[in-house]
Amino acid sequence: MCRTARGSNIMSAEFYYGVEVFLNGLMAGVMYSLVALGFVLIFKASGIFNYAQGVMALFAALTLVGFQNGQIPFASLINAIFGTNLHSFGWHLPALLAILLAVLVMILFAILVERLVLKHLVNQEPIILFMATIGLAYFMEGFGDLMWGSEIKKLDIGIPQGGNGWVESHTAFLGGDDFYGFYLDSLDIVAAIVAVALVASLVLFSQYTKTGRALRAVADDHQAALSVGISLRTIWVIVWSIAGFVALVAGIMWGAKSGVQFSLSLIALKALPVLMLGGFTSIPGAIVGGLIIGVGEKMFEFLIGAPYLGGATENWFAYVLALLFLVFRPQGLFGEKIIERV
Amino acid sequence: MLYREAGDFKTSYAKDNQTFPIKFDRVAYYILLVVAFGVVPFIINDYWANAVIVPFLIYAIATIGLNILIGYCGQLSLGTGGFMAVGAFASYKLMTAFPEVSIIIHILLAGGITALVGMAFGLPSLRIKGFYLAVATLAAQFFLVWLFNRVPWFYNNSASGQISAPERSVFGINVTGPHVDAWAQYMICLVFVFASAWLARNLTRGTMGRSWMAIRDMDIAAEIIGVNPLKAKLTAFGVSSFFIGIAGALLFTVYLGAAEVGEAFGISKSFLVLFMVIIGGLGSIFGSFAGAAFMVLLPVLLKNILVGALNWPTDLAAHFQLLIVGALIIAFLILEPHGLAQLWRVAKEKLRLWPFPH
Repeated sequence: MCRTARGSNIMSAEFYYGVEVFLNGLMAGVMYSLVALGFVLIFKASGIFNYAQGVMALFAALTLVGFQNGQIPFASLINAIFGTNLHSFGWHLPALLAILLAVLVMILFAILVERLVLKHLVNQEPIILFMATIGLAYFMEGFGDLMWGSEIKKLDIGIPQGGNGWVESHTAFLGGDDFYGFYLDSLDIVAAIVAVALVASLVLFSQYTKTGRALRAVADDHQAALSVGISLRTIWVIVWSIAGFVALVAGIMWGAKSGVQFSLSLIALKALPVLMLGGFTSIPGAIVGGLIIGVGEKMFEFLIGAPYLGGATENWFAYVLALLFLVFRPQGLFGEKIIERV
Repeated sequence: MLYREAGDFKTSYAKDNQTFPIKFDRVAYYILLVVAFGVVPFIINDYWANAVIVPFLIYAIATIGLNILIGYCGQLSLGTGGFMAVGAFASYKLMTAFPEVSIIIHILLAGGITALVGMAFGLPSLRIKGFYLAVATLAAQFFLVWLFNRVPWFYNNSASGQISAPERSVFGINVTGPHVDAWAQYMICLVFVFASAWLARNLTRGTMGRSWMAIRDMDIAAEIIGVNPLKAKLTAFGVSSFFIGIAGALLFTVYLGAAEVGEAFGISKSFLVLFMVIIGGLGSIFGSFAGAAFMVLLPVLLKNILVGALNWPTDLAAHFQLLIVGALIIAFLILEPHGLAQLWRVAKEKLRLWPFPH
């Protein structure tokens, strides 16, 4: 009797740990979705697969931290050329003002990208545009590092961090005596709320505003949109600005979680399988795909990866899942059906 | 005078279809071969071999391989680093398991193994197209690197997880290991480059190459006129991976000597080779050489200027290099989407008429 009770306790502890892994996977998935969202926006409006989205997140976060800490842009470059020793202006901007400035920088960036890159690549094949965004990613990575320095930076705009006591104390009753409730990072919860708010506002924006309608028109058919008098170039600037804003949000969340550093831009690669699963053209798809990938890779690591395969399966699980999935459904979960004509 | 085809009449199809139809090109090509095989080995020194020439030759093979897949068959791949790792690890396992067999055979076998792996990861290309395929090949990249990192059998249970090339020789001359002369490294790479370029050139203008190009230009139409997409795509993946595998094997055995998989064959390697293909020119063997040379020389040049002449800190120079590479990629795509090869073609057209404008 006593033995069985103990046995079931161990079972349940493992079960609860599994649930916790599941929940944390959901939260990681939200983060992936945030990056994937930026991809979908640009892809829908311009048919460009923007590889630079991850680097945009990195750049946005770098800029935000730079403004907050009053860093002098290109300080190391100036020092190297003129032999000066500049570092910072010596002020600290409040978080809100810094965010506002970072948004402005991202809008400026969108305008420059349209002027200098996209304008010249109209009517090129998608694959050329894709490669151009890879070039853009490299450029921005170098540019961001030159501008703000490449050391790992702490990003703190006042989002609570660490285990969430409320969730922990309110779930403790579920388990036995040795169960203290689920551990969830407050930051992840905030990120989830922000993601939901962001998606909701994007959907509202595209459904109920004039600009939003224009965006949808461009997404449907470039030529038809042009012929009813929608300026494609303005729309592209708007879309890249919104994507820049989404990148900033993603950059803030990831940056607060793990510091602003180069690995942030690799998240772009993780967002690719998310998009594959969800479909390139669907905003809900980006969210659902992100959640599936987040939960899938955490659960796979927990159930199969760590015990049997030597761990670190998170590196490839998402891609292999997307690969297998695509073989059966090439357009993704929510994507528009791919019709090929000769 | 110099570059003329007037009076150069072709009297057979073979002559009409030769790789260098203009006599000047042909002579230049033979002179280049004589210099590459007969002169350079005697004057090459360690710095030039290690910094420029050997990496250029090895990357040229990888670029030819990727160019076959992307430029000739139109299948975008981001798994080059992973496939190079397959070549490297296959050659390592073969070299340590069969020490008495010649390293040339090992490298060729490593290419063959990579071809099989490449074909396996190429299978989804029958269902998946474009960007979607790029992600499928990313799966290859991350999965293969993870595999070589986590399964000790691949690195013979060495404590550091590194693989290091044992000493091997061809005709009694060391080509791998710590005691190797610059000219020996150069020669073995040169032989492989020459063979690869010759093979690639002749494959791409034969039946196989034509079916690849048909698939690239429009796969459905190609299927209707009787090109078997399964065969065309899988052979493209196979041949491409064969070259990439050889490049990976050479990179590890001859050039690096010791390698850690995540560092030597990571995703950045995939992008590097992709950039070589884009800058050189999609669908051109000459472009593969030009792109490889450009991307190998550019960092050396920038480093010499920024760090050597201007005394910038190295990390700053590295960031600047990223910025330049990115800007160059964009500039090339905007100004000349067909890369250096197209510039060369335009220059040749102009040369034929020179000094007259029309």
